[in-house]
Amino acid sequence: MTITASYYLVLAAMIFTIGAVGVLIRRNVLVMFMCIELMLNAVNLTFVAFARQLNDIRGQAFVFFTLVVAAAEVAVGLAIIVAIFRRRRGATADDVRMLKG
Amino acid sequence: MTAVVFFVFAALALAGALGVVLARNPVHSALVLVVTLVSVAVFFVQQQAHLLAAVQIIVYAGAIVVLFLFVIMLLGVDREETLEDPLRFQRPAALALGAIVLAELVFLAGHEWVTGAKAPSQFAIKGGSVALGGNVERVARVLFTDFLWPFEITAGLLVIAVVGSVVLARRSGQAVELVDEDVDEDVEEDVEEDVEEDVDEVEVP
Repeated sequence: MTITASYYLVLAAMIFTIGAVGVLIRRNVLVMFMCIELMLNAVNLTFVAFARQLNDIRGQAFVFFTLVVAAAEVAVGLAIIVAIFRRRRGATADDVRMLKG
Repeated sequence: MTAVVFFVFAALALAGALGVVLARNPVHSALVLVVTLVSVAVFFVQQQAHLLAAVQIIVYAGAIVVLFLFVIMLLGVDREETLEDPLRFQRPAALALGAIVLAELVFLAGHEWVTGAKAPSQFAIKGGSVALGGNVERVARVLFTDFLWPFEITAGLLVIAVVGSVVLARRSGQAVELVDEDVDEDVEEDVEEDVEEDVDEVEVP
């Protein structure tokens, strides 16, 4: 049996959904961040699958930019989490619902 | 063979993704995230994206997950937590919305409605002229010609991210006043003890 692009797209859809549901149901900020990484990975997989299907290397080049954005996002996001932790103990998203200084 | 590899690593990727969401300990979440990331790297190899597979392992599994683990250990949140949610309606609502999103995406992906024109031959992943070289050369040629301006902008983005994270995470100026008072007192006591010890050492001879 041949593995067509549809298989990868369905798999990426599943990973993306798990990540999205994870962001919604988990309250630990760090785990929410990891779920965002899952969603980014699923999107990268669709990029590569379509690049293969259309025989277009530009799809792979675009994944590079996604990777850069993901790395920058993780660096800034974790710095924000560390800064929040300095002021109040606890890593749950509900703790920062009062955005007071 | 390709099908066997695909289904084995698809199962691993999904198990890893579920593990990230369901693990009670953030450290376990970060570790099973590596399983998913490596599985995605295997899919990249299957789809002729060899350079991206290497970058996936190096950047994601090597740098980002290690960064996550650093922060988890630094903050000391590596303990179990309950998965109960104070907002009771949130979990069923999230699961229902997730089911809808999954149904939509699978419907779209299964039908392959998203199609497009084949790329010009100079952008071919496989085949085309021999002068195009291997996967690394092909990606590099596109990255440094057609996408040169976005590539330079990503350099600026990374610099901004580095500066921003340093500014956010450093402990100085006003930030020190907002830290718990216990911590400050401990630091001051330590400093005083150090000074006293130094004085004692000087007086002994």
